[in-house]
Parts: sequence; C-alpha cells; structure tokens
Amino acid sequence: MADFQTPEIREYPLIPHIKPGAMAHSKPYLAKPDHQASVGFPGELVENWHDVAVAKLGELVSKSRALQVFLDICVKCGACTDKCHYYLGTEDPNNMPVARQDLLRGVYRRHFTFAGKYFPKLVGAIDFTEEVRDQWYSYFHQCSQCRRCSVFCPYGIDTAEISMAGREVLDAIGVGQKYCNEILGKVHKVGNNLGLPGPALIDTLEGLEEDVKEDTGVDVRFPVNQKGAEVLLITPSADFFAEPHIDGLIGYGKVFHQAGISWTVSSYASEAANFSMFIGSHDNLKRTAMRIREAALELGVKRIVVGECGHAWRVAYSFWNTLIGPFDFLDPKYPAPQHICELTYDLLKRGALKIDKEANDHRRITFHDSCNVARASRMGNMPGGQFIIPREILKTVANNFFDMAPETIHENTFCCGGGGGLLTDDLMELRVKGAMPRMQALKQVVDDNDVNTLVAICAICKTQFAKTLPYYKHSMNMITSLHHVVGDAIVLGGKD
Amino acid sequence: MSLSVIYALLFYAATLVLVIGVARKIAIYSKTPQPLKIPTTPAPLTTSGVVWRMAKEVAVFQSLFKSNKWIWLFGWLFHVALALVLMRHLRYVTEPVWFWVNWVQPFGKYAGFAMLAGLGGLWLRRIVVDRVRYISSPSDHLMLLLLMAIAVSGLAMKYVDHTDIVALKGFMLGLMYFDWQPLPGNPLLITHLSLVLLLMFIFPISKLLHAPGLFFSPTRNQTDNPREVRHVAGWSAK
Repeated sequence: MADFQTPEIREYPLIPHIKPGAMAHSKPYLAKPDHQASVGFPGELVENWHDVAVAKLGELVSKSRALQVFLDICVKCGACTDKCHYYLGTEDPNNMPVARQDLLRGVYRRHFTFAGKYFPKLVGAIDFTEEVRDQWYSYFHQCSQCRRCSVFCPYGIDTAEISMAGREVLDAIGVGQKYCNEILGKVHKVGNNLGLPGPALIDTLEGLEEDVKEDTGVDVRFPVNQKGAEVLLITPSADFFAEPHIDGLIGYGKVFHQAGISWTVSSYASEAANFSMFIGSHDNLKRTAMRIREAALELGVKRIVVGECGHAWRVAYSFWNTLIGPFDFLDPKYPAPQHICELTYDLLKRGALKIDKEANDHRRITFHDSCNVARASRMGNMPGGQFIIPREILKTVANNFFDMAPETIHENTFCCGGGGGLLTDDLMELRVKGAMPRMQALKQVVDDNDVNTLVAICAICKTQFAKTLPYYKHSMNMITSLHHVVGDAIVLGGKD
Repeated sequence: MSLSVIYALLFYAATLVLVIGVARKIAIYSKTPQPLKIPTTPAPLTTSGVVWRMAKEVAVFQSLFKSNKWIWLFGWLFHVALALVLMRHLRYVTEPVWFWVNWVQPFGKYAGFAMLAGLGGLWLRRIVVDRVRYISSPSDHLMLLLLMAIAVSGLAMKYVDHTDIVALKGFMLGLMYFDWQPLPGNPLLITHLSLVLLLMFIFPISKLLHAPGLFFSPTRNQTDNPREVRHVAGWSAK
C-alpha cells in the first residue's frame, strides 16, 4: 500500500485551507524515447527547450481562440478556487483551477504581453525556468480536464484547454507522459489501447459468446469485422476483457440481440478512447479518429454507435464530425455518431425490449455522471439529455434508484479522480485524494438509502472506482456498467 | 504648457490608446480560429439560445451566482453601480443632456457608494480568504485600489468639496469639439481625472479585457450542434 493518507470523509463537505506544495512531489513516469517517437515527439529533453517551449506556446495561442481569450481575461475573482476535486482532496493551492492556469498564463504574459514583458513582478509574469517546467509537468498532470471549473467561471474559462496546451508544449520539448503516449502508440500500431491484436480480439469475443450461452441458453452474438452489419460499435477496449466493463459489453450484445439489430466491432478500429485529446495533440487526435471512419467505410455499416466511455463520447459527439466527417455515407435517420444509451433508450421507449425489473431488485442504484459526458457533450435532442437518458434507462430497468446530492451530479458532477490521462498506478495518491468529493457524496446515499451499486458510463470511471472504492471502505464490486444493469433485466428469447 | 493643455492632450492620448488597444484585441479574438466545438454543456442548441445564455451572463452574472454568492454580490453590485455612475457622467459630455440621463441621475448620485461597497467587499476577500490571497498578484490589488480611489475622489467632489462643474463640462465639450476650454484646477478633480486617465491607458493591457473577452469565450458562445452542423475552422479546416 502507498505511503499517503486517504482523505477523511467529514460529516459535511468543507473547503480546506491551502497547503502550498502538498502535491509538488506528484509526477507521472516520463515517456521513454520510443513512446515519444510513436506519437511524433522528440525522445528526450531538447537542448534549447526554453526557446522551443516559448515558440510552441505562441503557436498554440495563435491557433486557438479559447487559449487567446482564456489567458487574457481571467480577473482572479476566486470563483473557481474551491471547485476542483484535486484541490478539495489534496489542499495544494496549485490545484485550484486559476493557480493551475497561472503556471501557463505567467509564462504567456512574460513573453507575449506588454505588461508581462516590462512589469513582470507587477502582473505575476514568470520565466519558463527549470523549476517552472517541473511544476508544469507535476500540476498539468494533476488536472483531469473534467471542466467543472468552466461551469463555475463567470467567463467559462476551461482549465482543460490550458492543461492540454501545457502538455502539448511539454511533449514538444521531449517531456512526455509515459501513460498517455505509450497507449497512443499502441492505438496507432495495433488499433486499441491495450495492444490487443485482431486474432486475440476475435478469440475473446468467441469466448464471451460461449459464456453468455452457458448463462442464458441463448445465442447472443458478439461479431467482429462483419461486413454489411447495420451498426459498427466503437467501444473502449476495456469492455473486451476487464471487470466490470465486460458486463456492459454483454448488455450491449443483449440489447442488439433482442432488438434484432445486426452489429459488429472492427479489429482495425477496436478502440473508442482517444488519448490524443488529453495531450492536446491535434495530429494524433485526427489520426486516431480516422481509423474509425476507415473501418465504417470498409465494413459498409449504416450507423456508428459508441459504447460507454466518457472522453471518447466527447471526441465522438463533439469532434468526429469536424475531424472525420461528414458522415454522409451513414443512414441519416440516426444521429451520427449515436451513444449506446440513446439507442437503448429509444428501444425501451418503443417497447422493443422485454424487461424484468425485478431482476435488479437486489440492487440499490446511484448514478455517477462522467465529466466528459456531462459537461462536454449531449445525448438526445434537448440540452441536458445526457443526464436524463441514463437515469430514465436505469429507472426503466430497475426499481431502486437514488440520486446523489444535487451539487454533485449533472453538470456539477465531481470527476472520479482518474480522468484526463491520469489513470495510472504511478499517480495513485492523486487518484485516491481526487476521488474524495465523489466518495463524500456517495457515502451520503449509502448511509441514507442503503445504496449498494454505483453505475457509470465511462471506462475510466469504472477502473478508477474499482481501484479507489476500497480506500474509502466500500467494496470494489459496487461499481458497474449501466448496460450490466440493463442486460440483467432484459428477458431474452421470443417476444410476446 | 498650462494644466488645461496637458490634460487635453492626455485625454486624446488615453482615448486613442483605449479605443485602438481594445479594437486591436477584439480583432485578434475574432480572427483567431476556434478549431473544435467546446461549449460547456448543457448548452443551447440554437443561436438565439446562445444569445439568451450570454445575456444572462452579462446582465446577472449567472455562472458566478451559481459559483459563489459573496463574489457575486460584491461583483454584481460594483458593476451595476459602475454602469449607473457612467450613465450619470454622460451629462458632462452632452448638451443638451439626453432625457434618460436625467432619469438615471437620482440613482447615479448614490451608486458611487454602492460601487465602493462592492469594491471594498472584493478587496476584503482578496486579503482575508487564503485561496484568493494566494492567486492575487500586486496588479490585482492595485486595480481594486485604483477603482476605489476613482470612486472616493468622485464622491468627495459630490459630497465634500464641490468643483466648478460647469467649467468642467465646458472643458469636456471643448475636447470633443476641438475648441479647448480651461480646466478648473481643483485638486480633487485633477486627482479624479488623472486616475481615470490611468485606467483608460491600462485597460487594453490588463485583465479589464474580460469585458470584451467574455463575448468571445467559446465555452459560452458556441451552439451545441456538432452532430447536425459540421464545424471546421483553423487547423480543422485543412
């Protein structure tokens, strides 16, 4: 076990006093030269790193209105200072969104603004020294890019944009993060984050078909590379093998089976995740997404459906049309792309699925809104559909549903603590501490409503909770997939 | 050179810096592309919805209200009071005075106190709350001090030591019609005007850019329709 203390859950949430430097030691492993090469960055710290970094920062700002505006207009009002789960959990003031931004804003001001060039001390402009570079590496890897701060900022300043830019600058001078960059290399080479090759994927899904047949006596299929299927399912690769993700995949399979929709996954594009977003790399973002367009064309599908994954849904919903659209080759009757929850919700509303709610009576369920779904995308045709649809599904397939406190759900949701490219064991202390605000809200529904099931629709949330729940004295089995709950309630077989 | 000439020239210079400086920033904001869709959701699905969202941000500071009631109270109080005070000041540069400026007059007279109260509250938070103290640069304190000094010197002229307001109006109108008139030499007035000039000079290089900048914030001004309308700009258009 690690050498840190799990934060205490108090009776009421409290805004902590600042403890400068409390998390200055937290740093993820550096990417090795071959990880860096696979995503197009220098293998190690370049010699003239200061100048390269400043030039890169200038280039990024000139290409992004968001950065340009966000770096100029913060008035330091303090509204965001108590909104970040990492600040609340670690008490390190550099984890206050504005202070995190200022690490980059200070350098920007120093080199690109009149006041910063001539009166640096007055306006808090700083040079990009070795010490500042270390702070960037540490604190831009203590931001899960969850956008909670941007909800509360009077100008919508989004620290995610800043930390993405910070990581992009660091990558450009050869200081990459191992976890993200190694994984991206695997996607480029093999097609998924796990580096699971095509034959292994086919093997895994065949095994899954046998398991489901054994459990239910029904031939639910999990097809791979099936040309002419109606739906291409793009899902996080964790769904193919890890608990509790795979129970969600079984749920998708049962939904497709009962609705009579032919579907397939692609071994070429067997990954919904796109970690390029976390490191702010446009080239990698587009390159990773392009595999999906190619697979959809190759397989001749009519729809693309995205499985349970938070940042992947942001990339799919908000960016795909821009990066790899237009989707004029898909059936215009359906949104492109469509979330698996949108698909299931429509089927449930039409009565196309036979449901046995009582099958879930042993569960007392609460729902964790994943940040990228909640604050960076949508489901359905009305604002906030991303909150309504998953909850309506849960209430349709189960009898016992309880929401957590309103200031911790919907667009106010607290990150699981592991998003934004931080889901790695070398950041365990950060992950456990960052989970604290969510654990606080969870404890309340556990105490008040005997909740025993925490449902999420994000692969990162599921993995993060499975790992951190025990630190807060909950069972790791408490976390599961939304489509696990759906799948358990679906009555397979002929319709009446 | 007489005091009047120096201040006349300073006013022209400050106006040029303010107008050109802010126009330049607005030009930069508008021509810098926003390659991806990044509205903070739930976001409006239509342009009229965005106008409504933005109107609420500008008029009642909706996000700030959700965020922190104290900052909202002090901040909103200050901005509304400032708006009233600015409207009231139009009487010194219009002849005849616009009819609605007369309506504002009774509120504007007291708004100076509200402005001061708001600024005082914000400054108190900056000193007392450890989180806000940590993120404050010297310029953040000085900006509040500058605004408070402007308010105090203005209020002092209204309630303590009256200046020759008719002569001041003559000076201001003279500036506008390039027919320079003498500026009354009242020390409070000179202080007030000097501080306002300073504010005008630093506006385009300071955080006061939040006023025009807010309208360009992509998380607030984008419509949530990426699946329906293909958005491309900058690098994403290539």
